Amino acid sequence: MIYLQLCFEFLQVGLFSVGGGLATIPFLRTMGMNTGWFTEADLANMIAVAESTPGPIGVNMATYVGYQTAGILGSLIATLALITPSIIIILIIANVLQKFRQSNTVTALFFGLRPASVALITSAGIGVAMVSFCEKTPNSALVEFRWGSILLAVSVFACMKFTPLKKLHPIAFIATSALIGIIFKL
Amino acid sequence: MNIYWDLFLTFARVGACTFGGGYAMLPILNREICEKKEWSTSDELSDYFAIGQCTPGIIAVNTATFVGQKQKGNLGGICATLGVVFPSIIIITIVAAFLEQFSHIEAVGHAFAGIRACVVALIAVSVIKLGKSAITNKPSFCIFMGILTLSLFGVYVANLPTMISTLTQPVYLVLLAGIIGLLLPKSTKEKK
Repeated sequence: MIYLQLCFEFLQVGLFSVGGGLATIPFLRTMGMNTGWFTEADLANMIAVAESTPGPIGVNMATYVGYQTAGILGSLIATLALITPSIIIILIIANVLQKFRQSNTVTALFFGLRPASVALITSAGIGVAMVSFCEKTPNSALVEFRWGSILLAVSVFACMKFTPLKKLHPIAFIATSALIGIIFKL
Repeated sequence: MNIYWDLFLTFARVGACTFGGGYAMLPILNREICEKKEWSTSDELSDYFAIGQCTPGIIAVNTATFVGQKQKGNLGGICATLGVVFPSIIIITIVAAFLEQFSHIEAVGHAFAGIRACVVALIAVSVIKLGKSAITNKPSFCIFMGILTLSLFGVYVANLPTMISTLTQPVYLVLLAGIIGLLLPKSTKEKK
């Protein structure tokens, strides 16, 4: 039953991804590897679509994966499964808000969770970089670098980090990169 | 207007107007929720954000649940949350269907090669931003490096025994980091 499996997988993502939308990426990557529903290249495309359409990134990712895997019903199930753990946890916290904020246990827990979340996103980012920058040559075990893509990524990073362009919305960078990809046949 | 319906519609509007999620949503929430509807103060909103960031799930969803719950109890929380995800479901389904139709065109392939390179840069920028707030001293840096190493180890080292490669999956690494956080003495958690 693909619907049940989708539901179970996204409940797990919703329950364990701490730190917002991007934190879902490492879980989706593992999901793709374990189920074969999508490749790492697909995942990179999904991230781009989720970033350039309205709505929270994590929700967009779930909808996209659900649709790709099992059509419209799949997208509904994936999204609802993703948000269910959040709703339950937040409703519980909302009822004991003050105690929650001052709890030493909670602070200690998140001291460990937050760097771990950054580490997992970094690891997933390295995965996306591998697909984007390397190409396996058919006849040997060697990989070939796609220098065009590497140059593009470095330039976008530099623009977003060090120039006044960083105030632009990510969608501007995504659209420009798509154009560059078409023009230079990346 | 029925308050539940109002919660749903207001948050649907927030969902439809936000690109990029998370922090991009804060100014729009401020205008819709604090100024127009007066459902929360901006102080409350930033509290919700802080908690939303360190609890499981999507920040925008967590914030919507908080505001709805405060307004009209548990059912209110559910209505607000369904509202915030509603536009995504519609828009993404249309985009995904559309992309499927055009994915075989050569230019689309080139465009996505460019986009993938851009996504690497976007993730790098976000990681640096998140890292600045999460990695504040030596112990948190060690947790970061340890989890990163384990995660890469699990993905890139071939032929690991099944048990070990299972344990390097994100779920177990998150649990491990939580346990480490609980076990560390309090003094290690101060900023240096």
